[in-house]
Amino acid sequence: MLTIHCPNCGITAEETEFHAGGEAHLKRFGPGSSDAEFESYLFMRDNPKGVHFERWRHNNGCGKWFHVARDTTTLEVFGSYSAQTTEPPQDILDVITDRHPDWTQGRNA
Amino acid sequence: MSTRLATGGRLLKKSQAVEFTFNGKTMRGYAGDTLASALLANDQMLVGRSFKYHRPRGIVAAGPEEPNALVNLGDEASFEPNQRVTTTELFEGLTATSQNHWPSLEFDVGAINKHLSRFLPAGFYYKMFMYPRSFWKHVYEPIIRQSAGLGKAPKTKDGDTYEHFYAFCDVLVIGGGVAGLEAALSAGRSGARVILIEQTAEWGGRTPVDGGIIDEADAQSFVDRAVAELSAMENVTLRTRTMGAGVYDHGYVLGYERVTDHQPGVAGPRHRLWRIRAGHIITATGAIERPLSFAGNDIPGVMLAAAMRDYVVNFGVSVGDRTVVVTNNDDAYLTAIALKHAGLDVPAILDARVLPQDSELMAQAKALGIRVLMGHAVSSVKGGKRVTGVVVCSQAGEGAVLEEIACDAVAMSGGWSPVVHLWSHCGGKLVWDEAHACFNPDPNNPPIGADGAGFVTAAGAASGMFQLDDVLNDAHAAADGVTRSLGFKTPKDAKAPKGARRDDAPMMPVWLMPQGASAKLREKAWLDYQNDVKVSDVRLAAQEGFVSVEHAKRYTTLGMATDQGKLSNINGLATLANAVNAPIPSVGTTTFRPPYHPISMAAIGGEARGAVFQPVRRTPLHDWHDANGAEWEPVGHWRRPYAYRRANETTHDAVMREVSNTREKMGLLDASTLGKIIVKGPDAGKFLDMMYTNMMSTLKPGKCRYGLMCSENGFLIDDGVVARIEEDTWLCHTTTGGAERIHGHMEEWLQTEWWDWNVYVANVTEQYAQVAVVGPNARKCLERLGGMDVSKETLGFMDWADGELGGFKVRVYRISFSGELSYEIAVDASHGRAFWDALLVAGHDLGVMPYGTESLHILRAEKGFIMIGDETDGTIIPQDLGLSWAISKKKDDYLGKRAQERSHMTDPNRWKLVGLETVDGSTLPDGAYAVGEGTNENGQRNVIGRVTSSYHSPNLGKGIAMGLVLNGPDRMGETLSFPGTDGKTYEARITDPVFYDKEGEKPNV
Amino acid sequence: MSEPVTALHNASYTSGIAEVFEVGPIGMITLRGDLNAKPLRKVAVAAAGVNVPDQRGILTEGARGMAWMSPDELLILCPYDEVHARLADLQSATAKLHALAVNMSDARAVFEIRGPHAREVLAKLAPVDLAPGRFAPGTIRRTRMAQVPAAFWMVDDVTFRIVCFRSVAQYMFDLLKIAAQPGSEVGAFK
Repeated sequence: MLTIHCPNCGITAEETEFHAGGEAHLKRFGPGSSDAEFESYLFMRDNPKGVHFERWRHNNGCGKWFHVARDTTTLEVFGSYSAQTTEPPQDILDVITDRHPDWTQGRNA
Repeated sequence: MSTRLATGGRLLKKSQAVEFTFNGKTMRGYAGDTLASALLANDQMLVGRSFKYHRPRGIVAAGPEEPNALVNLGDEASFEPNQRVTTTELFEGLTATSQNHWPSLEFDVGAINKHLSRFLPAGFYYKMFMYPRSFWKHVYEPIIRQSAGLGKAPKTKDGDTYEHFYAFCDVLVIGGGVAGLEAALSAGRSGARVILIEQTAEWGGRTPVDGGIIDEADAQSFVDRAVAELSAMENVTLRTRTMGAGVYDHGYVLGYERVTDHQPGVAGPRHRLWRIRAGHIITATGAIERPLSFAGNDIPGVMLAAAMRDYVVNFGVSVGDRTVVVTNNDDAYLTAIALKHAGLDVPAILDARVLPQDSELMAQAKALGIRVLMGHAVSSVKGGKRVTGVVVCSQAGEGAVLEEIACDAVAMSGGWSPVVHLWSHCGGKLVWDEAHACFNPDPNNPPIGADGAGFVTAAGAASGMFQLDDVLNDAHAAADGVTRSLGFKTPKDAKAPKGARRDDAPMMPVWLMPQGASAKLREKAWLDYQNDVKVSDVRLAAQEGFVSVEHAKRYTTLGMATDQGKLSNINGLATLANAVNAPIPSVGTTTFRPPYHPISMAAIGGEARGAVFQPVRRTPLHDWHDANGAEWEPVGHWRRPYAYRRANETTHDAVMREVSNTREKMGLLDASTLGKIIVKGPDAGKFLDMMYTNMMSTLKPGKCRYGLMCSENGFLIDDGVVARIEEDTWLCHTTTGGAERIHGHMEEWLQTEWWDWNVYVANVTEQYAQVAVVGPNARKCLERLGGMDVSKETLGFMDWADGELGGFKVRVYRISFSGELSYEIAVDASHGRAFWDALLVAGHDLGVMPYGTESLHILRAEKGFIMIGDETDGTIIPQDLGLSWAISKKKDDYLGKRAQERSHMTDPNRWKLVGLETVDGSTLPDGAYAVGEGTNENGQRNVIGRVTSSYHSPNLGKGIAMGLVLNGPDRMGETLSFPGTDGKTYEARITDPVFYDKEGEKPNV
Repeated sequence: MSEPVTALHNASYTSGIAEVFEVGPIGMITLRGDLNAKPLRKVAVAAAGVNVPDQRGILTEGARGMAWMSPDELLILCPYDEVHARLADLQSATAKLHALAVNMSDARAVFEIRGPHAREVLAKLAPVDLAPGRFAPGTIRRTRMAQVPAAFWMVDDVTFRIVCFRSVAQYMFDLLKIAAQPGSEVGAFK
């Protein structure tokens, strides 16, 4: 069971206080979008073995959403950051490349 | 025979005699005994029968690795099967019974299997019981169930309580032997927060038993000093009887504390599950001795050498008068020496090794007059329910008899394996230690924590250290490194105490005894005692192609019993490696999974049983309902009254009465569970236009509008009435199960997509008790309460207003889910019960009668109103339900709009909502399917629709239903066939879903 | 209007290792808005009678107080019979701000746990480090207790206040009784 840090209230707590919300930084496509765009937005998700940017909510806590950069195989956590952003901030990317120099950013991030 | 010696027993309190029973027979022991030592002291060598062949089995070990000695413990409310006698502390009045035998332990019918063992090898069940297929259910399984299985399932509810405890520390040390104590001391001195847990009741582990010398004194004095110093440290928590059960991600550990197992009847929880978060974990879990694989190594009286030493030294119990020691290493000599010192006979030590010169311990043994036979082995053990002798052979040969030695016990040692379970649980890798023929934790591949660094360090024997001095240094260094990495400073002058070194000769791996044992001997050489797996079985698995260790494990069931192969794993791997001619490390190990040793299910459940098994949500009116005949219906975690049953009334009668009364006079419904969410802000209208398919921004303050909510993939997820409170404030009602979900849904979109929109939401569901006052007399009742104007003119249909009624501060909504004149009235929850009571008084001669959820369902179904969860199932869009009128055509966007344009959603062949009326007036079975022409590719009848809601309507005097039907709205008047699961076929006509008051005049009065 | 009734009629349990009381009713107002904006802070202080607490802080003075609930949410505590007046004041004071003030007094149940083992009782139910020095008066912690969300703070070194939803008051009370059962002292906090 993971420990997760909520950047909104500053609490680091066990996973049972949180709820996972899937891949972060999706771009919404609404009416007027093509079938391909809409399909990609609604259904297609990265499933990387390695670095993953994901959404979490501190549901048994301050109730706020935030993002976590995490390794899906080793479960190491690179950092938490605001949900009010469309891409991972540089300091998070720096932590990742520092630990995994070979890593390259994927589709949605 | 096994018996209690006159002297010895370092853990016993001989002043405290304890009485207990085994299979009804009264026996005596002392405080400090385990059930195992007490049974042995009473000459109870035979303790159970094996799983498959029902062979007689005795105690083999002295700790959690024990494979054989499992018993039923206690009775009735304290009954528990499969308890290890070696980990059960003796207490006054303990009752134990043996398992897995019929009719008795001494005489067991199932033992006939052992004569058939040649015909019951590994994989036998898989091969034998395949055909004919029908035999499995009716012949094979019942017979196997009768004869297999370990203990009995408890019949009485568990009378004990259990709890969890959340603990946090910098360093968790698991294992309270000398390594664990030294690690905790070193960590504790650095100022780090330390928890040290030990699974047994005693500190010190093996070292005091084995006569280790620390700082030139006996180990016990080091242990006493260490415990005293640790107890005095503010930053250290010490816990005995607490096992490290599992290591999980990010430093999470489960500690299993057996609080009152050893003193039943004392107040408090029986087990406590420690849910520990540690910055770093040190596993000082020691090592476990391996058995040797020779024919008859499972006969009662054959025991691990170290266990025999434990019984003599710790408990003053001799397992036999004459013990033959068989070994491949020096450690077992300690047993021979200890037995000799206890005045017992050791006719011979059979040492498989051939060594150029005697080691320290060998010389000591010889000096005591023990006959040491080098290069010798056990060919077979003689005896049935008890060892009577050993047949001696050369280890190098095939088992040719050299001599027979009469004895009543055999002490065996095949070397030691570090307890690497906890290291491995979370991904720590192992390396093969050639010198000691065991797997050690690989310090270069530890389990990885949140920061990407290792979070477990093994220390002492658990990291492959076998010299006392190395153990202490290793533990000290481990703790030192760990605390330093956590930012603590260990005092410079702190050093590990000095452990005395022993000059041991190297051990020699022995995986089969003798090395060329014949097939006949191999068939009696047990690897896994509990699951009855022999050397021959593993060889057979390899021969049949199950050469992967995970496959061989499952084919033979090696290591799959409740001991998880603590004794058998390495021996089994080595046997497999030999069979496939591969080096042991390349065969690898099976996966170590938590828990290390079985823990109680109840401890895992903790407090969550009985009334608090899961939260039950109660409305402010719950107690009234409960006192007035409510039959409860769970809706989410809520409990809502299904109906209020009166004396001499069936539930159905009650529902019919409530429905009729509501239509004719007046009903009250506790609607407190409906979600209420306040949405406020300059962008609230825009936001609600996105949330709902309808236009909410155009709603006038003071007005209500029914709204539909869809998910982004178009499906209907919730519905409810929205009221505009002020220019910038709306109140959204949700379904009973929907409040938290919809509140979360709104917050999600506001926080993660439209974070620049100025909207705040608040879930105020539980602030209010909400009562629906429904029926022709509703207005009269409210007027009697007095206060605000509730007339049609002032408070029309779909209006709301704040005011006072009967002195209560209320908010009144003129909305109706029943098709009647209806007011939903919200009052602060703390006044909810008083308000309800006031309504009952005011409505007394107006025919007031509360109604439950089933009546609510019928009332809404008569009106053709959909219910989320009945008409919807997560695949239904509003367009399917004839709700296109509630979808705004003017809006560019709302959640689900784009999805509803997908080809599958616009398919004219989607099933659509219609009403259904049985031809004969009966009630359609809920969920029944309408069948069409022909069959599908699986040969099943094609289906063209299904029933989503079905009730008997007392107002219409017939069954009414709603359903989704292919091209339904275009087929009005057609009759469909619905085969029921009761064998009958129901004929129903397609109708309009509104059965009652089609013009909607009744609520609008 | 009737006398306000709490969910459990102020039930108590005093035969365990800590004393458990349902207290209240207590006035509670949720105030959402920009906590960094001076006008909102001014309004909040006026309503609560104490300063705006820092992140995860709670400040109390008698029956009044204020707790930091999230980056855009405060909880204002006041006597129950004042709550409608306070709320009306707040709503008029925030009329020109983007803010939301709602009465939550009746939506919640409040418990008090008293005694030297109070920390242990809570540590059996909440995944929170409750060791002395790690959790102290002045902090409010929103978390879960067993299977329901809850928030708690310390009134003094041996007293906690717990807030949960009203509908699960009975569940919370039952949980606390089990966690405080006689003989269940853990002895983990020195």
